[in-house]
Amino acid sequence: MNFIEARKLVHEYIRRDEEDNVEGITTALDGVSLDVRQGEFVAILGHNGSGKSTLAKHFNVLLQASGGTLWVDGKDTQDGNYLWDIRQNAGMVFQNPDNQIIASVVEEDVAFGPENIGVPADEIWRRVEKSLQSVGMLSYREHSPNKLSGGQKQRVAIAGVMAMEPKCIVLDEPTAMLDPDGRREVLKAVEMLNREKHVTVIWITHYMEEVVGADKVYVMDHGKVVMQGSPREIFSQVDTLKSYRLDVPQITLLAHELRKAGMEIPAGILTRQELVEVLCRLY
Amino acid sequence: MLRDITIGQYYPSDSVIHRLDPRVKLMGTLVYILSLFFFQNGFGLAAVTLGLILLIKLSKVPFRYMTKGLKAIGVILAMTGLFNLFLTPGEPLVKFWIFKITQEGLKNAGFMVIRLTYLILGSSVLTLTTTPNQLTDGMEKSLKPLNKIGIPVHEIAMIMSIALRFIPILIEETDKIMKAQLARGADFESGNFIKRVKAMVPLLVPLFVSAFRRANDLAMAMEARCYHGGEGRTKMKPLKYQKKDGIGYLLIAGYFVLVLLLRILL
Repeated sequence: MNFIEARKLVHEYIRRDEEDNVEGITTALDGVSLDVRQGEFVAILGHNGSGKSTLAKHFNVLLQASGGTLWVDGKDTQDGNYLWDIRQNAGMVFQNPDNQIIASVVEEDVAFGPENIGVPADEIWRRVEKSLQSVGMLSYREHSPNKLSGGQKQRVAIAGVMAMEPKCIVLDEPTAMLDPDGRREVLKAVEMLNREKHVTVIWITHYMEEVVGADKVYVMDHGKVVMQGSPREIFSQVDTLKSYRLDVPQITLLAHELRKAGMEIPAGILTRQELVEVLCRLY
Repeated sequence: MLRDITIGQYYPSDSVIHRLDPRVKLMGTLVYILSLFFFQNGFGLAAVTLGLILLIKLSKVPFRYMTKGLKAIGVILAMTGLFNLFLTPGEPLVKFWIFKITQEGLKNAGFMVIRLTYLILGSSVLTLTTTPNQLTDGMEKSLKPLNKIGIPVHEIAMIMSIALRFIPILIEETDKIMKAQLARGADFESGNFIKRVKAMVPLLVPLFVSAFRRANDLAMAMEARCYHGGEGRTKMKPLKYQKKDGIGYLLIAGYFVLVLLLRILL
């Protein structure tokens, strides 16, 4: 069985007036089906309001579906008995680094998760050290989070999730509030965790550059999965992507324009290196 | 002015006071505050002053850093001093128009100002040498018996530690909003008191909105990391008494007895 299996997932936000009458229904998820295998790096792309954050909150059972089914690690998310089990196994990192750091010292924040699930003290120390090491923040363990940069804070948040030893991390737009340097540094840390610790990663974003290295990409629009495939398959459909108000990476766009202008360039160029090689072969 | 608040501002250093168990420090602070209101003569004052100087020296926190906290209560100090000075009945020393200064008034005013100053200095030793987390851990553990009568001790401790964590963030935010409003022509400085309070509205509304949003985000992040109250929770740094903590308790007891004796005997 896949690590995550969603079948026709529906989520409706119901607005009620003061007398509890239904005022309106917003369908944030509209029949989403997707599969994530253990150890994969899956990217979910979508414009604002496409439902991608709502979907993310289902993986961690912060939200319950109004319809359809979702299994995480073989457990049905509707079954309340598995709640803490699932939350431990599918850790979540949010957008705003300031609003998810609980303690005033880096190492104490990383310990928050393991403390909650009742890990003994010696084991907490071991885990804190290991997870800070894995995101390259070990030398900051006694610092105050207020003095760190955005990228560093976000890496501390990732360490805090890693200390619970989850099988999967869901990152809900982890780079949206960071500068380009911080963005790169967080992406690199997560890619490392995926490669070396074989943690399943679900990376939610609207920055196209970040999903080039993913194993699989899902594109969402209006609560539906509208495209899925490898990054190359996705990025070769430049015009379709544009219709979902998403921009392709600059290099892909350049290759696409050159192709349209009549040059013999294959579709779905992802990196500068690739484009250079193709161009060199042409002339 | 906002930056002068030293409460909850930990000063990292490696002193004996820093390494003491927070429960000892809490008890010490309590005894110290009591002692401030026990002494009634010069000898008592000398004993308390000596204790305070010793404490500050041992904590290795620069004295100037501590006095920062005093600026914020300057007005209160001045008011208390003046009221005590002029309104205490007794033997008049100086008399002019409707004011008179009495001997007792002079003594009361002096002692009151000293008491308040020492109170702030002494309690800032506690907050400067103890991380907020240790502080709340110490409170949680010392107050644990109250759990039996239905007081949610763990939750209160958690609320306090989160509040302390967000003080600097909210101060920064206030600063940012203030600048944004100033850039749009807001005026926080001129006008009378009522006018200035009214001018705070465009500052407070966005601050509250953002604080609620942060609280919502934080609650979600805590839930995502399996937080479900104090039950079944372990600690990374569980509090354990060591030899120096025992010595600490003894010293505190000794100090208290000394101050009491000075009051009773002299």
